[in-house]
Amino acid sequence: MKTNKEDKMLTGAQILMEILKSEGVDTIFGYPGGAVIDIYDELERTDIRHILVRHEQGAVHAADGYSRASGRVGVCLVTSGPGATNTVTGIASAYMDSIPVVILTGQVPTHLIGNDAFQEVDIVGITRSCTKHNYLVTKVEDLAEALKEAFYLARSGRPGPVLVDLPKDVIKATTAFKLPAEVNLKSYKPTYNPNLWQLQKIISLIGEAERPVIFAGGGVILSKGSNELTEFARKAVIPVTTSLMGLGSFPASDPLWLGMIGMHGTYRANMSVGDCDLLIAIGVRFDDRVTGKTDSFAKNAKIIHIDIDPTSIRKNIPVSVPVVGDCRISLEHLNRMFDEANLGDLFQKRENWLNRIKIWKDKNPLCYEQKDIIKPQYVIDTLFKLTKGDAIITTEVGQNQMWTAQYYHFDKPGHFITSGGLGCMGFGLPAAIGAQIACPDQLVVDIAGDGSIQMNIQEMATAVQYRLPIKIVILNNGYLGMVRQWQELFYCKRYSCTTMECSPDFVKLAEAYGALGLRATKPEEVISVLTEGLNSDKTVIMEFLVEKEENVYPMVPAEAPITEMLLV
Amino acid sequence: MTEEKHVLTMLVDNKPGVLSRVVGLFSGRGFNIDSLCVAETMDPLISRITIVTKSSLAEMEQIEKQLNKLINVIKLRTVSGPRSVQREMAIIYVMAKNGQRSEVLRIVDIFRGKVIDVGPEHFIIEVTGNDEKLNAIINLLRPMGIKKLAKTGTLALFR
Ligand SMILES: Cc1ncc(C[n+]2csc(CCOP(=O)(O)OP(=O)(O)O)c2C)c(N)n1
Ligand SMILES: [Mg+2]
Repeated sequence: MKTNKEDKMLTGAQILMEILKSEGVDTIFGYPGGAVIDIYDELERTDIRHILVRHEQGAVHAADGYSRASGRVGVCLVTSGPGATNTVTGIASAYMDSIPVVILTGQVPTHLIGNDAFQEVDIVGITRSCTKHNYLVTKVEDLAEALKEAFYLARSGRPGPVLVDLPKDVIKATTAFKLPAEVNLKSYKPTYNPNLWQLQKIISLIGEAERPVIFAGGGVILSKGSNELTEFARKAVIPVTTSLMGLGSFPASDPLWLGMIGMHGTYRANMSVGDCDLLIAIGVRFDDRVTGKTDSFAKNAKIIHIDIDPTSIRKNIPVSVPVVGDCRISLEHLNRMFDEANLGDLFQKRENWLNRIKIWKDKNPLCYEQKDIIKPQYVIDTLFKLTKGDAIITTEVGQNQMWTAQYYHFDKPGHFITSGGLGCMGFGLPAAIGAQIACPDQLVVDIAGDGSIQMNIQEMATAVQYRLPIKIVILNNGYLGMVRQWQELFYCKRYSCTTMECSPDFVKLAEAYGALGLRATKPEEVISVLTEGLNSDKTVIMEFLVEKEENVYPMVPAEAPITEMLLV
Repeated sequence: MTEEKHVLTMLVDNKPGVLSRVVGLFSGRGFNIDSLCVAETMDPLISRITIVTKSSLAEMEQIEKQLNKLINVIKLRTVSGPRSVQREMAIIYVMAKNGQRSEVLRIVDIFRGKVIDVGPEHFIIEVTGNDEKLNAIINLLRPMGIKKLAKTGTLALFR
């Protein structure tokens, strides 16, 4: 960069603050240390709010939750060495779910890099395969540009985490600062605008199809295309299923809603995809938890696949009509083309198909029977009713996550926040913290298992410190339930190392953190505990002692066709 | 699925870590690398990487897409057909005892190779060509005893 006399002379730390401001960042999640002490010193002099987490993994999950709830880039700041390595799981989770997060890590001074210096790790090397891109900035002159690029890459195209490693001497050094112009990378030009010919083919295929299904995923939510998707499905009269990541992209209250697809998808969703003659996949990547055995997946269907990332297309599933483009923009075009095409009375044409789906729905609906021990499904069902489906829900991983996906029905995007691709226990609590900070006026609930909640339980202190009224629902089954379920079904009930003994008294634990702790041990107490907890303005843990060996059904055994489900 | 040899050539940012991103992508996703060459181009900000890989067509499609997705890969092509030129160089340490020395030299001559080191019982030979040519000379020299062999890996350009 050329320097002009008018350019301000700033330190690396000051430049970082300038870039954060220019990106509209008002909150960062972090944890200080020696390598970033100069950044923290500078941070004090800005209006940027810093949320002090209790573990750096929590910082990334919180930034992730913040991003999903707000649609903005989440930011975290951690020190070198252990601070940086602690972020890796959080980064991998954000990467798998394509969440825009910028991770700023401290690094030892450049002259010590490679010396095994105190708290040195090669975090750029470590995170190369789980970031969208990463940078080691070795000169203060390169800092502004690298940071600008990091934000741009994180949020554009298929979003994802970007890490910037900041050696201490770079942060302390001074240079002339000018805000870089718009980022323009000649090797990175995401394709937002789809090929219209391909889209036109889709319209004619819809005209021909007898049994079409839309399969939407996280890409629809990330591209903010939920309204367009809903409009499209309704006017083309096409039933909709989604992946776990796509929940909320289409209203669950709509008659065309099939429920989630996949390993724990609904009977009607899996059967519909097995039987459909046209599958319109939008913003998905055909994860193995969705497809089951790939050879039998939607084997009667022509498959259309719209996604902004070309690598997602034809990676796992052959497709007839590939479309590279932004989901929202593609759907806008499809809506317009559909109107122009005039395909006649589709309601009548789809009658048989919709009836068939109705029969599947009636034959094997999602169900549970609430007897004398609390059923976990009942807790979620009741939570759904009490919150009128309006809460922002985060989850941990395991049965708790799948029951949430099945029994909390999402009508809007950005309300279901879960570690989908990585399936990372310990995600829910810090993600709830991030979501609550992004949406202070909304109800945020983490639905947790007794195992997962202990993976980042230290973030209770963060929630209480910042007076975040998040609600934690622990479905305590005394097991690493999802693994136990596999052992029950596929390993002759040998429950090897899946009993969760010696869990703390969660009510007392809540109190020890300065939160409110409540417990329900009988079905009659569920409503009152939920009501009391939800009405409190404190951080609350609500523990429900649930049926210990309850299973999640339907279940598709690994690698089986998704139409071959184990049912209750 | 049948695997075939593919030659990929790409222009990348000449920055630290870029080669590692490319190689890491292959190892991380289970693609194989038969050979790899990398050096600066006429523009010092840009390097050219040439990779030979054996893969099925479906896998090849993923490899290309994944490479293109790397932020530092500027341009990527697969090189094949009559409009392409491909070369590789080998340095061969071959035993050449009395009675075999002239035979070795004759073979080297036929392949337009060069002798770059001579000892009482060996030659070191430099030879350039495509895959086939190098394999042919190696096969001919093998009976004399090839003690060491170094190959550069394929380089490729379009005309
Ligand atoms: C970090 C991490 N470690 C291990 C696993 C494997 N795993 C998946 S579900 C599960 C059980 C979770 O137990 P719990 O939180 O009690 O939830 P439940 O299934 O009982 O509802 C485990 C161990 C994982 N997903 N993430
Ligand atoms: Mg459990």
